[in-house]
Amino acid sequence: MAFSNMSLGGQIQKASLKGRVRGSESSAKSITFLILLWLGLLIAFSVLLVLIVTTLLDGYTRLDARIFTNYPSANPEKAGLRPAILGSLWVIGTVAVLTIPLGVAAALHLEEFANKHNRFNRFIELNVQNLAAVPSIVYGLLALGTLTLIGVKEKNIVLGGAVALSMLVLPVIVISTREALRAVPMEIRQGSLALGATPLQTAFRQTLPSAVPGIATGSILALSRALGEAAPLLVLGALVFVRFDPNGLLSGYTTMPIQIFNWTSRPQPEFHVLAAAASIVLLAILIAMNAVAIIIRNRYQRRW
Amino acid sequence: MTIHAMNSNLSVPEQPAQRILECEKVNVFYGDYRAVTDVNMAFGQNEITALIGPSGCGKSTLLRSLNRMNDLIDGARTEGLVTLHGENLYDKEVDPIAVRRRIGMVFQKPNPFPKSIYDNIAYGPRVLGMKPSSMDDLVEETLTRAALWDEVKDKLKQSAFGLSGGQQQRLCIARTIAVQPEIILMDEPCSALDPIATSRIEDLMRELREDYTIVIVTHNMQQAARVADRTAFFTALQDETTGNRTGVLVEYDKTTKIFEDPSDQRTEDYISGRFG
Ligand SMILES: Nc1ncnc2c1ncn2[C@@H]1O[C@H](COP(=O)(O)OP(=O)(O)O)[C@@H](O)[C@H]1O
Ligand SMILES: [Mg+2]
Repeated sequence: MAFSNMSLGGQIQKASLKGRVRGSESSAKSITFLILLWLGLLIAFSVLLVLIVTTLLDGYTRLDARIFTNYPSANPEKAGLRPAILGSLWVIGTVAVLTIPLGVAAALHLEEFANKHNRFNRFIELNVQNLAAVPSIVYGLLALGTLTLIGVKEKNIVLGGAVALSMLVLPVIVISTREALRAVPMEIRQGSLALGATPLQTAFRQTLPSAVPGIATGSILALSRALGEAAPLLVLGALVFVRFDPNGLLSGYTTMPIQIFNWTSRPQPEFHVLAAAASIVLLAILIAMNAVAIIIRNRYQRRW
Repeated sequence: MTIHAMNSNLSVPEQPAQRILECEKVNVFYGDYRAVTDVNMAFGQNEITALIGPSGCGKSTLLRSLNRMNDLIDGARTEGLVTLHGENLYDKEVDPIAVRRRIGMVFQKPNPFPKSIYDNIAYGPRVLGMKPSSMDDLVEETLTRAALWDEVKDKLKQSAFGLSGGQQQRLCIARTIAVQPEIILMDEPCSALDPIATSRIEDLMRELREDYTIVIVTHNMQQAARVADRTAFFTALQDETTGNRTGVLVEYDKTTKIFEDPSDQRTEDYISGRFG
């Protein structure tokens, strides 16, 4: 009797691997939650898709060489995006030159050298996070106020716009650079220091180079965000009708989002088509920048 | 503070003839926590000294205090004297960077730099401003010395991450000897390696002993018995006032003595596996 009970117990244990475990991935709760998640993704994705597709449909007829070569014009048949494209390049290029060295240096200091227990440093850290969340128009107003204070009359110059966008981009670059630095394993730094390298040599020859892919990715994404901004530049009085190529830091300029904004506010439907075509160009540039960021990330992804 | 760290000495342990590095009443703290208490010991020149003992008894902590790597840990503090040729490493005038140039370190997990094999070796000499007549020769000599040259000579420009774990660890040893330190500290250098890679590192250690002094932390007693000239056994004792456990040196002697005829009961228990 006792013997057969024991063998029965063995049977039950063997069989119990099959069947559903409560709270596992196939339970009703988990499945409902998963469906909700998918639904959320679907809604977000379809909105984006509809937006892109309608823009493409609206704009593709006008997407030709004129867009790239012509200057804005009262005649929608002749109007083009040329000065806006060049203006965007000038502004974003200037932003990159201003922010990347400064942002990387700030992040390197905060991450590698600053005493993390010091109150002042913690205060700065917290506020860099906050700055990244400030609406862009506030930076436009700040730049406007600053330029007025130091007596700059012509505020609609490349440098002015670049300064406003730099303030927008800088905290994002600081944050993404810090993340990239933090992802470099401590063992690399220890290995370098154990050889008798100074902390400065370790930071510049080991940690920073190892973090470059992450920094590049973060910087490109931050710059692509600035590329799409119009509000801070409009506050600074960026021109909307530019019939010349910007040619320097002090030159007047317009950018793609501003030109698009201008065209959509015109009454004639031809200008709306033009705005859609210009949006396609802007979108293509943004997607290209993001693609470069992704390629860099995947190419240099390190398996530590 | 009452700590029973007294050796129940029956015989006086034999001291190294030529002392290169000495610890005198070394205490290491993490904040208020004392991880290592009152260690006195001397490391012999061109000897391999093994530090053994149960996990958490402060072996790594003591090892890091020997080349001031503990300075890099927030809140870590070392008291007492650590002297290299009689000069206190913790003197105010001493730069920890200068200390680490003389006393190198190899870590538990191989940590090659994310660079080529060549640059892993050349990095140290470059940052230290060494001006070898030919860097290529220096790299070759160093890799040969570390018994790695034949395996890597055709892929010097390739990433060090392509090497096996054992090769990576030998590269880390090579990188350390490229800057010609006097002492090499190794913290469980083989714990991530298979037996064959381990035995190669042990062979390498025996060869390097001709030119360098080696201090190795190991959890593998056979390893200590195989390579070490001298062995120090540590254990963690309860501090009766605070209740914290702290690491103490129980017995330090020639390896053969420690393994064949230990003076302290606790050493014997540990060696014979009667201790966790
Ligand atoms: N960075 C640290 N901060 C605080 N406590 C530490 C740190 N490193 C080690 N300890 C503590 O010090 C004691 C000794 O640790 P360790 O030297 O790593 O021992 P072992 O190498 O012998 O295993 C342990 O109690 C451990 O928790
Ligand atoms: Mg350890």
